[in-house]
Amino acid sequence: MKNKNVTQFIGFMFLRLCIVLVIGALCIILYDIFSKGLPAISWEFLTESPKKGMTEGGIWPAIVGTFFVTVITALLSIPLGMGCAIYLNEYAKDGKLTRLIRMSIRNLSGVPSIVYGLFGVVLFVQMMHLDTCILSSGLTLGLMTLPWTITASEEALKSVPQSYRDGSLALGATKWQSIQTNVLPYAVPGMLTGTILGLARAAGETAPILFTGAAFFLPFLPKNWSDQFMALPYHLYIMSTQHHAIAEVRPLAYGTALVLIVLVFLMNLAAIIARYKLRKIRLE
Amino acid sequence: MIHFRKTFMELNVSVKEKKRFLSSAVQDKIVHYIFLLNGIFTVIILIGIFALLFSTAIPTFKEVDLFGFLAGLEWNPTSYVKEQYGIVPMLVSTFMVTLGALAIAIPIGIGAAAYLSDVASPKVREIVKPVVELLAGIPSVVIGFLGIVIVGPFLAKVFGLYNGLNALNGSILLAVMALPTIISISEDALSSVPQSYDQASLALGASKWQTVVRVKIPAALSGIIAACMLGMGRAIGETMTVLMATGCAPAMPESFLGPVRTLTSTIAIELGEVAYNTTHYYALFAVGLVLFIITFIVNFISDTILHRYEKVHR
Amino acid sequence: MVDSIVDIKTTTKADKVSTNQIKIQVKHFNFYYDTVQALKNIQMDIRMNTVVGIIGPSGCGKSTFLRCFNRMNDTINGIRYEGVIEIDGRNIFDKTLDVVDLRREVGMVFQKSNPFPKSIFENVAYGLKINGIKDQNFIAERVEYSLRGAALWDEVKDRLNKSAFALSGGQQQRLCIARALAVEPEVLLLDEPASALDPIATAKVEELIHELKKKYTILIVTHNMQQAARVSDYTAFFMMGELKEYDVTNKIFTNPKEKITEDYVTGRFG
Repeated sequence: MKNKNVTQFIGFMFLRLCIVLVIGALCIILYDIFSKGLPAISWEFLTESPKKGMTEGGIWPAIVGTFFVTVITALLSIPLGMGCAIYLNEYAKDGKLTRLIRMSIRNLSGVPSIVYGLFGVVLFVQMMHLDTCILSSGLTLGLMTLPWTITASEEALKSVPQSYRDGSLALGATKWQSIQTNVLPYAVPGMLTGTILGLARAAGETAPILFTGAAFFLPFLPKNWSDQFMALPYHLYIMSTQHHAIAEVRPLAYGTALVLIVLVFLMNLAAIIARYKLRKIRLE
Repeated sequence: MIHFRKTFMELNVSVKEKKRFLSSAVQDKIVHYIFLLNGIFTVIILIGIFALLFSTAIPTFKEVDLFGFLAGLEWNPTSYVKEQYGIVPMLVSTFMVTLGALAIAIPIGIGAAAYLSDVASPKVREIVKPVVELLAGIPSVVIGFLGIVIVGPFLAKVFGLYNGLNALNGSILLAVMALPTIISISEDALSSVPQSYDQASLALGASKWQTVVRVKIPAALSGIIAACMLGMGRAIGETMTVLMATGCAPAMPESFLGPVRTLTSTIAIELGEVAYNTTHYYALFAVGLVLFIITFIVNFISDTILHRYEKVHR
Repeated sequence: MVDSIVDIKTTTKADKVSTNQIKIQVKHFNFYYDTVQALKNIQMDIRMNTVVGIIGPSGCGKSTFLRCFNRMNDTINGIRYEGVIEIDGRNIFDKTLDVVDLRREVGMVFQKSNPFPKSIFENVAYGLKINGIKDQNFIAERVEYSLRGAALWDEVKDRLNKSAFALSGGQQQRLCIARALAVEPEVLLLDEPASALDPIATAKVEELIHELKKKYTILIVTHNMQQAARVSDYTAFFMMGELKEYDVTNKIFTNPKEKITEDYVTGRFG
């Protein structure tokens, strides 16, 4: 009996150690980035272009570039993702085609981001002659985000009670009217919440934009969708591996990492708060 | 009660008089097909990715033979003497880094999942789960950066190396990135083991620890394996982290403490430097195709396991 | 069991219920979920402005049967039907008939009250708005009349813009009835409308049904035998997908032809 308790004690200690390691990893990451990144943050850092061969100045063009690319990503993946989710949850019957679509979505979410990058290079940059630009990168990221948007949107649709649909159908609404007036109004907030999480991930991605439009350094802000752009994650990659004076620009790299991580977390936080508020409203 | 029927007539507007251009059934069919096209779009993308990779990769084999590509031990596309397109070093690198990551992430991931599902109080679970999700939200380029500034110097110090950018570094970072996937799916699997299982085990006099190890983990095993496979898929396909932290020497890897260069980082390094539509360019797409097929298989296996597992537990 | 079906024309003579014209005719009706036959060769005539109670043990097919009249079963995958249901002499399964028109003509109230998460006013106006009516005055009047029709007006007239969820269970169910009335149906289908209500709210709904039958033909599925006895003029007893007996309510409860009907209404099983 005593033996059993000792084993259990050691076993549970091991499980606790595991979770402590996981949380510890997160803490180390956050501590390092925050403690070394904060000193680099200044008004100048956030609002100016890089200067003197990127050894001074700020990251404003990268922030703007990431913003524009994310807008394109959202414009592609939100409508398509929602449409696909509406098909799967409202229209699709269980059959071979539905299973094929679901299998495709699951597989798309497992395709490596660099492969999306290759796909973007051939399809958008070469075949569609968009060249390397914000549009090509945004569309590539949009395709990559699509499976996440679909999954999140379907969850939101599932949470709308069936009785809303039946109730409006029984009053003589067509199926599409019923979806428009009595399903989507209650699902869209949830859909957007999930989508923001996907966009946050897209905003932090580097591999798909490496060859589709991200630029090493641009002295000006992008003016058009067909311009190249600087992006936060790519800028961090450059500053930490490709720069000629890596040690010198390390504080700037830390600053960039901090801004990137804060941006991604803020988007996550916005989604979580929105989800919490929505749940509360629904309960009332 | 008011005779409202009469009033309806007086109002002289009837719902039924409404004329429709198309019958509602036809309208609904049209909308249905629009959304169906939208659904099929996902299939088209998947096929499109494969088709474009495939068609762009094919010209490689005008100059390089398939066997030399798949079994060649040297990758040197820019050699002045003889261009070499063997992907074996990359395959070995990819699997070294991935297996190293799994060796670290699987025990910790399952342990953490078991903690969350069986040891932690509901309150602790409520706090810890979002924290784990937060870890999943950190961009890979940031993790790679930390590989350079934290893990690298640490490994260099411990093992007395010139720098710490090597396979082990990549494994550690990929483990951190695979952990959230492994933990959350394993935790789902463990939590969906019917309560009656552990109650039966506890009633037979087993301790809680024995119940977790001998009853719950075996019962949830297929879900846990699927979780590990998914984590593996992510690790194989991860680019930025390994690109930044593994040293990227294009030779056959010698040990975990030496530099390696995976499939993903080869594409990332070289695609920016090659001219479009050269053999080297096509060869990089062939590498991408190999990567796509490997991850496809890994994901397909985990999907099959997970699917069967869901069916059993429904 | 087909031969047990009663010919209404002969039975109604003895009854005091007025011999109105026939509103609905069900002829040789079969219904299948995939391969399972849920309804077997149903034959039934329903007269205008009467209440037909449908009773039977759980899973006997009575709710499925009710949902055939407005084709709500169409939303389920893998269903199939044979035979004919005619309303005013028109087959509701006819290809040329628009199911949306049918559902407007045949209103339905569900077992669990399902107000939409909108205001009371918007709930009742919903059916009008989806039918393209934009005249606000007309909508406002129609909402009032429908709420009066469902005996709810006096209780909610001061808070029409409040959420429908703020109403009590009984009020919510009457709101759903008002919502169905707003689109001016001719037939009302009530699927256990009082099963989730307390006795006082139930009494109110039953009273309402009595009023409503002056204008509508009503089919009501109920679990509660007393309720069927109280509200319906005719009663249909279903078992295992078959219509075992269909007759004037009084007769079903006092002197049924079939032994099994007697067993059921006297509470010996079910």
